[in-house]
Amino acid sequence: MSDTTPTKGFLAKHGILERSPTLLLVSSLLVVSIGGIVEIAPLFYLENTIEKVEGVRPYSPLELAGRDIYVREGCYVCHSQMIRPMRDEVERYGHYSLAAESMYDHPFQWGSKRTGPDLARVGGKYSDAWHVDHLIDPQSVVPESVMPGYGYLMDVSVNAEYAADVVATHRIVGVPYTEEMIEVAASDVLAQIDPDSDSYDDLLERYPGAQIRNFDGAPGVSEMDALVAYLQMLGTTVDFSTFTPDASR
Amino acid sequence: MSSDKTDIDEITGTDTTGHSWDGIKELNNPLPRWWLYTLYLCIVWAIGYSIAYPAWPMISGATAGVLGYSTRAEVAADIARFEEANAGISAELASADLVTLSDNEELMRYATSAGAAVFRNNCSQCHGSGAAGSKGYPNLLDDDWLWGGDFENISYTIRHGIRNEEDWDARYSEMTAFDEVLTNDEIDAVVQHVLAISNQDHDAALAETGGVIFYDNCAACHGDDGAGNRDMGAANLTDAIWLYGGDAATLEETVRYARFGVMPNWGTRLTEAEIQAVTAYVHQLGGGE
Repeated sequence: MSDTTPTKGFLAKHGILERSPTLLLVSSLLVVSIGGIVEIAPLFYLENTIEKVEGVRPYSPLELAGRDIYVREGCYVCHSQMIRPMRDEVERYGHYSLAAESMYDHPFQWGSKRTGPDLARVGGKYSDAWHVDHLIDPQSVVPESVMPGYGYLMDVSVNAEYAADVVATHRIVGVPYTEEMIEVAASDVLAQIDPDSDSYDDLLERYPGAQIRNFDGAPGVSEMDALVAYLQMLGTTVDFSTFTPDASR
Repeated sequence: MSSDKTDIDEITGTDTTGHSWDGIKELNNPLPRWWLYTLYLCIVWAIGYSIAYPAWPMISGATAGVLGYSTRAEVAADIARFEEANAGISAELASADLVTLSDNEELMRYATSAGAAVFRNNCSQCHGSGAAGSKGYPNLLDDDWLWGGDFENISYTIRHGIRNEEDWDARYSEMTAFDEVLTNDEIDAVVQHVLAISNQDHDAALAETGGVIFYDNCAACHGDDGAGNRDMGAANLTDAIWLYGGDAATLEETVRYARFGVMPNWGTRLTEAEIQAVTAYVHQLGGGE
């Protein structure tokens, strides 16, 4: 025992911690959680976490189905959806991403790995046919691409039966879907690929700015339809005229 | 663990911690000075940093930091800095007459370099990084144009796009899907006729029948001789340049189900100078008129 080690007083009580593994574990957890509480908890109550902008709406049931396919296929492994506030990114991809744009994302798809380009604003940048060609055989349009093909999405139908459940689940985690949106979710899936359907206007009222057309050009609602519907709306909803950058961010 | 007895190591004269394994004792040397001072410096740095930069969460926001730093303000300033540096030449390009652009060597060089950057970022995914296109996506290097290849037409196509739903001024035409209009025999015949006018191997008798069907159904857009019509984006069927393919099977597919190539409108995504630049770039690739 060195003579610099306190044998009395407050610091000597450290010996109690060191001799009890359980107490040490619990205390360590307490100390580590302080970091988490300081860094994470304020995001839930600070008013400037999510920008107040107009236009961002919950996903339509078809887009939501496409989003599930995006997650299932692991698109996030190679594609981010987060344009960082840096000049080179803004020049290439468009306006930097806002927190408001992913406030209905559960889970968010920001990502941190870019083998492929960022997709946060890919919506409207290419034609539907390009997306279909590219998803079936990426090298047919971008020869230097290393992306694998997803042609089977053409052959698998989206089961509209589960649309209501998916929408209802998102409501549980805080997405403001209405009772009506859940009720008509299944028919909304079908309506979004049919520009001649009777519920065209209703669908647009529920999901302003939704794109209604047959995305893959083939009959029926395939997973390709859903995924392309999702990709074509990415980054298109926010109204930047209502956005004022907060000085503290 | 610790004990009350002070234990000095005989050889080094240093305190030991009192820990002993197989007779080997652990010396209780103080931490190296450089390490300790680095730790203190980090603590001071952290305090200074949290005062200088946005850091501490408060009731309705976070402390802004005395330096007034903001990532979003910084990116805005960064973009403004470059825009300002290019402001003169960009404004000149935005209002320049592209037809006489090549007279101004500096502006031409700026336009084609800027245009190449815009092209690689926005256009190359469909038209290819070398602009040679691929099936369904036009080659921009040749002199065959669906909607016209002079500056005005290229610029219009870029600005408004083709058959998209976003821009009311987008170029629009829609080929009929003849699957349910013509019989199978008629479709076969008209395909043979197209093979004939494009100088490919064909069945002469069928092609002759097909010529009549072509005149009745296709000539309104593609012209009596099949040389196309740029007002409607109707392809020239007499040359060897095909967007989707000129073999019998592909032609039959085209006749039966038609084609509906879509190009997005770039007028809302690109600035005036960028549209001018990429127009000049595409025009000088080889096929500009």
